[in-house]
Amino acid sequence: MRARVRTLQALLLLFLVLGWEFSVRIGWVDAFFFSKPSDIAARIAEWFRSGEIYGHLWITLWETLLAFAIGTVFGVAMGLWLALAPTASAVLDPFIKAMNSIPRVILAPIFTLWFGLGVASKVALGVTLVFFVAFFNTYQGIKEVNPVVLANARMLGASGRELLRHVYLPSAASWIFSSLRTSIGFAVIGAVVGEYLGAAKGLGYLISQAEGVFDTTGVFAGMVVLAVFVVLLDWAVSRVEARLLVWRPEPGREGGTV
Amino acid sequence: MRVDASVPAIQLLGVSQRFGDYVAIQGVNLEARAGEFVAVVGPTGCGKSTVLNIVAGLRPPTEGEVRIFGEPLSGLNRLAGYLFQADSLFPWKTALGNVMLGLLLRGEGEAAAREQARAWLAKVGLAGFENHYPHQLSGGMKKRVAIAQVLILRPKILLMDEPFGALDVQTRQLMENELLALWQEDKKTVLFVTHDLEEAIALADRVVVFSAGPASRIVGDFKVELPRPRDVAEVRLTEDFLKIHREIWSLLREEVMRAHAR
Repeated sequence: MRARVRTLQALLLLFLVLGWEFSVRIGWVDAFFFSKPSDIAARIAEWFRSGEIYGHLWITLWETLLAFAIGTVFGVAMGLWLALAPTASAVLDPFIKAMNSIPRVILAPIFTLWFGLGVASKVALGVTLVFFVAFFNTYQGIKEVNPVVLANARMLGASGRELLRHVYLPSAASWIFSSLRTSIGFAVIGAVVGEYLGAAKGLGYLISQAEGVFDTTGVFAGMVVLAVFVVLLDWAVSRVEARLLVWRPEPGREGGTV
Repeated sequence: MRVDASVPAIQLLGVSQRFGDYVAIQGVNLEARAGEFVAVVGPTGCGKSTVLNIVAGLRPPTEGEVRIFGEPLSGLNRLAGYLFQADSLFPWKTALGNVMLGLLLRGEGEAAAREQARAWLAKVGLAGFENHYPHQLSGGMKKRVAIAQVLILRPKILLMDEPFGALDVQTRQLMENELLALWQEDKKTVLFVTHDLEEAIALADRVVVFSAGPASRIVGDFKVELPRPRDVAEVRLTEDFLKIHREIWSLLREEVMRAHAR
């Protein structure tokens, strides 16, 4: 089954890439607007061979990780606090909804103004995206704690901090982890959009530069590198998740033996 | 700690519980002697679980007083262990982790707690399942872990809310016998809620009947003088059992009918 799916995926990719390549070669579509896979591959190879790409990759990775870490820490902390403090939650609710409704892209120019053209403004943009994902998932995870398990913990003698450690956090963990997968994507978006709108380095900057000179090959090459970059990050997070959530039943395998 | 046998382990004095406008139980007076196994029966929705939550201290009563070994109860009842109806295990902890949690929370050292938890798992027949997570265990095994989790803390009072309701009949009788054997060892005071009258008579020294809700109260209190140790499957076939059963059922049936009529 798994091998079959993989084979079909590979065939689909091959079909799309070859279709694209030939459509350009026989003149159905214009190479100026769409470039072609062979050129894009050559460009990527060139970037890695000359080492030009590494500086950009490194900057984007650094911005992504910083935004991811800062946004997650604040989001989880805020989610915990508001889920466990109903009054504060009721008071802050409209403010949080209002802030979350702002399209983050329009914040980018302000952040550039405040934090300059360097790493800080991109991290700030990423944090505004990551924070809410982590916050909402943590909040929901805490709210959905099984009341029976909670009562059981209290009867066994848990209080305050112990409830947090033995019940709330582990119970919210699967929510928090699913938020991490989404968050890492948002952190990349924050970094790349920030770079795209004003920077001196990074994948977003690379793409924006190529666009500025109508170099579609460069734009597509940047997109491919970016996509692979995100897939690798996502894979890393899911590996960590699988290690930490071993207690979770696999879907459809609940019940065990008699 | 020696307990004075003349002081009831559990004493409810004129206890009522309201949830908003809904009156769950009203004016309940109930006593359980130290070491007594009391079963509470009644139609569904009669507030039996409410009584347990009040004795556990999870929810203070709207009116009336609860005394535990003569002391008024405020906050959680530290002398009670609670076996819940629904799954109450921590899904993110192994069987061993679940059983040792209470000891750790009471400040016991990690190694000592682990040792005791191992012994308790063996005692409930789960040696070799220490590292299984709850989702890898069957319903009966999960109940055994839950029993070990509660009993390892040696509570003086054991509160049980239809603990075997979700199990199949064979597993259920097995668990009932095991419970009786464990209880026989040190005779805790047990308050056992069930809607199954046969289970109540087979296990208990006394059966208390609640009326149909809302505003449930106690309408009957019967002594069960069947010899111990009992086998829950065999005791059901004795003449004495059937006699008590007829007696209580004639009362309980009216309440069940009333509950259904609503």
